[in-house]
Amino acid sequence: MALTSTPNGTTVDKTTVLSSGARAGIDTADLKPGLADPVHESQTLFRHLLDAMARPGRAVDLETALDAPTPLDPATAAVVLTLCDYDTPLWIDWIADTPPVRSYCRFHCGSALVERPDEAAFALVSDAENMPRLGLFAQGIDQYPDRSATLVVQLPDLEGGPERVLKGPGIATQAVLRAGGLPDWFWNDWRLNAAQFPLGVDIFFTSGRRIVGLPRTVLVEG
Amino acid sequence: MYVAVKGGEQAILNSHKVIAEERRGDPAVPELTLAQVKEQMQLAVDRVMTEGSLYDRDLAALAIKQAQGDLVEAIFLLRAYRTTLTRFGATLPIDTAKMAVRRRISAAYKDLPGGQVLGPSYDYTHRLLDFALAAEEGVGAPQVDMAEEPVDESIPRVTDILNHEGLIEEEVAADDEARVADLTREPMEFPAERDMRLQNLARGDEGFLLALGYSTQRGYGRNHPFAGEIRLGEVAVAFEPEELGFPIEIGEITVSECQMINQFAGSAERPPQFTRGYGLAFGHCERKTMAMALVDRALRARELDETVDYPAQDEEFVLYHSDNVEASGFVQHLKLPHYVDFQSELQLIRSLRRRHDEEQMEAAE
Amino acid sequence: MTGTQTAAVAETAAPAAAETTEDGYNFAYLDEQTKRMIRRCILKAVAVPGYQVPFGGREMPLPYGWGTGGMQVTASIIGANDTLKVIDQGADDTTNAVNIRRFFARTADVETTETTGEASIIQTRHRVPEDPMTEDQILVLQVPQPEPLRSLEPREIECRKMHAYKEYGLMQVSLYEDIARFGEIATSYSYPVMVNDRYLMSPTPIPKFDNPKLDSYPALQLYGAGREKRIYAIPPYTKVKSLDFDDHPFQVQQWEENCALCGAEDTFLDEVILDDRGGKMYVCSDSHYCARRRAEGHSGKLSGSAAAAYAAAVGADQPEKGA
Repeated sequence: MALTSTPNGTTVDKTTVLSSGARAGIDTADLKPGLADPVHESQTLFRHLLDAMARPGRAVDLETALDAPTPLDPATAAVVLTLCDYDTPLWIDWIADTPPVRSYCRFHCGSALVERPDEAAFALVSDAENMPRLGLFAQGIDQYPDRSATLVVQLPDLEGGPERVLKGPGIATQAVLRAGGLPDWFWNDWRLNAAQFPLGVDIFFTSGRRIVGLPRTVLVEG
Repeated sequence: MYVAVKGGEQAILNSHKVIAEERRGDPAVPELTLAQVKEQMQLAVDRVMTEGSLYDRDLAALAIKQAQGDLVEAIFLLRAYRTTLTRFGATLPIDTAKMAVRRRISAAYKDLPGGQVLGPSYDYTHRLLDFALAAEEGVGAPQVDMAEEPVDESIPRVTDILNHEGLIEEEVAADDEARVADLTREPMEFPAERDMRLQNLARGDEGFLLALGYSTQRGYGRNHPFAGEIRLGEVAVAFEPEELGFPIEIGEITVSECQMINQFAGSAERPPQFTRGYGLAFGHCERKTMAMALVDRALRARELDETVDYPAQDEEFVLYHSDNVEASGFVQHLKLPHYVDFQSELQLIRSLRRRHDEEQMEAAE
Repeated sequence: MTGTQTAAVAETAAPAAAETTEDGYNFAYLDEQTKRMIRRCILKAVAVPGYQVPFGGREMPLPYGWGTGGMQVTASIIGANDTLKVIDQGADDTTNAVNIRRFFARTADVETTETTGEASIIQTRHRVPEDPMTEDQILVLQVPQPEPLRSLEPREIECRKMHAYKEYGLMQVSLYEDIARFGEIATSYSYPVMVNDRYLMSPTPIPKFDNPKLDSYPALQLYGAGREKRIYAIPPYTKVKSLDFDDHPFQVQQWEENCALCGAEDTFLDEVILDDRGGKMYVCSDSHYCARRRAEGHSGKLSGSAAAAYAAAVGADQPEKGA
């Protein structure tokens, strides 16, 4: 009679319960493992993400031992595992859109994979040079600027690119970023992104185990 | 782990002991059992389940016992427990047309298919204190004679009968696949759609809805309602696990439902039609469902192109203030220390008075 | 079901997984899905400083209005290695602070402290600590009413439009009416601020004394409103300006007296009534700050033994040895 007399199991990971249906058809044979200790690892990872977003331009080492499916770096996979679930439609760029990565994201996060960048809450970019222009992602709306996409952009390195001086909230005086592997148009698009504040996308650059946060408030010079 | 134990903490722990002692009352009186609450305080259990948004008679009984009969506190306990439960998904919609009816009345027709089934109700009692209930030995086990004929298995809803003639607006789900809002998982957003409004009202405080519903009858609203039908009984609940792909019945629940028939809507394109107001609650909560149906109808003002003039029609006003767990918390939070802000106000009022006095002096000179 | 079966339900409700506490609840009470949802909201709040992000607030086992928003934020960020300090009115020993500290010690098994410098997370109601916070710390503020415009415009739909189009004339007019009527802005707490020159924000009911601290603060500030289901943030080193007028610049409260216990001249003071004939003294509202100063040898006009007797009577900090 009682609807709640099913075993409560407050610690049952809901994604594993609810994505059981979504899991049908996922090839689990070569599936890479997710977080070994989801509760505490995702907490630690989140604090690093928060630190990165609150202090733009500063490289943060996620210290993760995650074994991510090719072509994802550990940091890239870590951001997705920490933040994505069945409430967050995920877009994956064409290089990373392989059966192992799709299975990985669907199995561990339960996220719906969407075809169009503007439908995504999160976008996973492994090939930055060919990524869609920033304006193609969800920008948020006047009354709800939070409804914009967060991009996870994997880069070959965070030191070898041209120097950019960053200013804005989270930065005491200025921060210097030398992100490598970005398309030519990127910083010009970023200026447009910042100019339409409070609308706009937010970005995590990832490389290896490290990330750099780039919230839409960041103003770039040089 | 080190936690500094201080005077304040000891006082809190002592307060818990005092309330436990008060709750127990005179130890010479036998302790209340949950079965007693569940079986003999059913309407309290029903209200707590409805406003607590959790259909579990045992837990509701426990909450009532723990709260010393303070139903708003019991609702809070049940809600806080509910939050920790794993969510497996949403059931299929229940079908009240297939209800095993125990009570069904309509004020709109003298007689109708399925008949008027009075069932359990205080409606027709004389409200005289019944001292037989006060007797030590109690009332024993009252028995009702079986009716000569059983109640029809499936009793058509009055609104469905009206629907055949097209006299009442049709209510069809826009899309069976469309997701239904759930404000236990997402914040309210305005303008609020009817799914969110009805969920809010179902969880809303009975007293608040009663007063608002009453206000629409006294001119603060233009519902012109008829109690089309009120029914009470058991309905089956079915759930379709994604991996199975077909629904399975997981149990049955008792619900009360009220369909209010209200005055007309219509336009150049559409002939005049009665409009609906809807109320639904877990268990036997007739007054709640009637008040809910009145307020639901009033809140449809925007949708039916009526002007919004009165509190019951104002969705922000109604939906933001209907929840007794929120309201109780915020009203009572005034008990928390506010001495820092009060000190700020003391500083300010002294400064304002000083300025006032100086100005008076200057004016006098 | 019988009473015994109810017990059985409760037992199955107590999961045995390692990440639960002895009470059988999740680590830091919230389930992982809820934490993830709140974490996403926190990141968006940081990206749009001062904007109130709606979130699917959960029912907490403490009443609305008693810090459920701050608790949900803390529960979503706190980890086993954190050290938590909880204050209410600046004091560690007020009932609400004690209760919330106890909650996290119980559900997250974290270390707690009363020393501002030792905490990695400080959850507070109505005050910003007197001691400066650092980049490595997070300040979580409990918010009863996140909408700075609410007292002027009760409708959510209207307030949301004003924020969207940065239409804050209503607030300016209201402050100016104060000046016309009282000669000054008659707002002493919840004094509105502009964040990053874009969003009007209510700094929770902290006294306006604390407003200047919010500007370019090294620590991240997270604001949680449970009943109203909003989260907002001020990233470190963000411009936060209290509204004012050229001819009526913003000013903080000042006291003619110093703290009677530690002699501090520049802290927020609580007025303590000593008798029913108008006798009173002033003491620091930040209990840890005051205790530390006393331990360092500072004293106020109240003699050492009287100060100790007072501190003991109200359960305030004894000066910590070696602090």
